[in-house]
Amino acid sequence: MRIKTIELSKTYEKKSRALENLSIDVNMNGIFSIIGRNGAGKTTFVRILSTELLPTSGSGYINDKDVIDQAEEVRQEIAVVPQEARPLPWLTPLQTVSSYLMWRGYSYREAKEKGKEALRELGLEDKEGEKSRKLSGGQKRKLMVATVISSEAPIVFLDEPTTGLDYLSRKELWQLLSRMKKDRLIILTTHYLEEAEILGDQIMILDHGKLVDMGNIEDLRAKVKLPYVLKVFSEDFKLEDNELQVHPVSERETFVYGSASKIYGLVPYLVTKKMKFTVEEASLSNIFEQYLGNGEEVEENEKEDS
Amino acid sequence: MKRRIRSQIMASILVNSIYAMINYPVILINTLLAPLAILAVVTFASKGTLLPVAAVGALIMNMVSSGTSLQQDLSHLKNDMRLQDMIVSSPTTSLVYIVGMAVSEIVYSIPTLAFLIVLNVIFVKITVIGGLIIFLDMATIFTFSISLGFFLSTFTSDIIQSWGFSGILSPLLTTIPPVYYPITYIPYPYRYLAYLSPTTYASEIAQSQTGFYSSSTSSFVLAWIILISITAVLTYLALKRSRWREI
Ligand SMILES: Nc1ncnc2c1ncn2[C@@H]1O[C@H](COP(=O)(O)OP(=O)(O)OP(=O)(O)O)[C@@H](O)[C@H]1O
Ligand SMILES: [Mg+2]
Repeated sequence: MRIKTIELSKTYEKKSRALENLSIDVNMNGIFSIIGRNGAGKTTFVRILSTELLPTSGSGYINDKDVIDQAEEVRQEIAVVPQEARPLPWLTPLQTVSSYLMWRGYSYREAKEKGKEALRELGLEDKEGEKSRKLSGGQKRKLMVATVISSEAPIVFLDEPTTGLDYLSRKELWQLLSRMKKDRLIILTTHYLEEAEILGDQIMILDHGKLVDMGNIEDLRAKVKLPYVLKVFSEDFKLEDNELQVHPVSERETFVYGSASKIYGLVPYLVTKKMKFTVEEASLSNIFEQYLGNGEEVEENEKEDS
Repeated sequence: MKRRIRSQIMASILVNSIYAMINYPVILINTLLAPLAILAVVTFASKGTLLPVAAVGALIMNMVSSGTSLQQDLSHLKNDMRLQDMIVSSPTTSLVYIVGMAVSEIVYSIPTLAFLIVLNVIFVKITVIGGLIIFLDMATIFTFSISLGFFLSTFTSDIIQSWGFSGILSPLLTTIPPVYYPITYIPYPYRYLAYLSPTTYASEIAQSQTGFYSSSTSSFVLAWIILISITAVLTYLALKRSRWREI
């Protein structure tokens, strides 16, 4: 599965610039996570590639089909849960899923069967016959996901599918997505960075409509200055060093971001002082913070792979 | 018709009428009440003489309301539920979506239609040909209003705006023009104004069959030509110029 954009730009109503010259080429099966702050352009990107919105300039391709001129062909291959989509309150979950499948061309019978299966996969089978207005916020979200996963579309766009899900439901959804990703490309936007890290075979970071970086977690980690985290659990730990970033988390806990050599250089000192500590690779949230948080710079490291 | 397209049309009918009707039966009374209210007022005010005109007028109003309620339904599905985004990005084309939704509006008004047709059969004296002409007349004005409703709905960005549209369209297309009363009741310079509304032509055609308006063959043909042209323009706009995909 392949998505490709060339100099893709979107300016809404002559003012707000939502995407700026975005050029990417992703050719894979699996999960493509998109992260970025509110207003970064994630939804705009999803809506253009899913043929809901026209770009201002540039072009986009889904499996080499032009999203502008070959929209009808593209639409055979994609399914989308928009960020703000909600189930119609007067439909039951089963009616919600099956009518979507009928709009995709399945017969009434097939749609019902597939719908039941999808609801079971998301643990909504006991709500099958109730009106959707009686579902909780998270259950409604799950229902929307069930709706598109039941279609056999090879490319699936999920715009913040897990917002509002409890931790366990989120993990269930992760398992489901991991199972379905083998022969599909799932484009997933999320604000849960741990989720983007765990699921994302490729991760794209957007900021102000521009591509900040893209790659798997190792690629991204290789490009930041401070790819290691030292977590020290002691009240007595004090440190000042220009090459390290020190973040007191609580009285008894301090995080230190730094390069491998600097971080491991601290270990003997901690051992002699008998302080408890762990050393980890920076997580995606650490990386995200280094890229976009309060002006922390990124190494001018343009090489593609680590 | 291809099986796939049949499913797509069926989905719109199920969602927008069958499931909705079962869930909110009160709306059925609502759709019946609007034409009936004006029908009653006109009938009583004319001491019964205008009942046949008003009965046909109520049918025209019902056709027009299908379009205005389509406009509201679709705006709701588009703006509040984001359903339209899911449809746009699916294999359902805008034409298939309109057809499905148009049929769903007919299904919705079946009880009202049944009542009005019975009323017409009892009180309106027409020939078989006349009946056929009125049927074609209704089909045309229905196509007009559905196209208009769909076209407008794709431009709305919230539901309040769509209420605005239907609040304007309803009186302009059904209450003010000579739908419930004979065209000849409007004194002259003003009669030209009435001809700005396509429902006036539909009404003229219908009234010429029920004997409330005697038109020459040429003006009858002219009314048809204008009505069909306006409908064709709106259908073109709905299919080619609506904002199915956003910009
Ligand atoms: N319909 C619209 N009209 C005008 N401006 C818009 C519209 N939709 C989005 N924008 C603007 O475009 C920019 C990108 O918005 P977008 O919805 O793509 O962000 P996002 O990354 O999805 O944000 P979030 O995480 O909050 O969902 C924002 O500055 C937003 O204000
Ligand atoms: Mg968004």
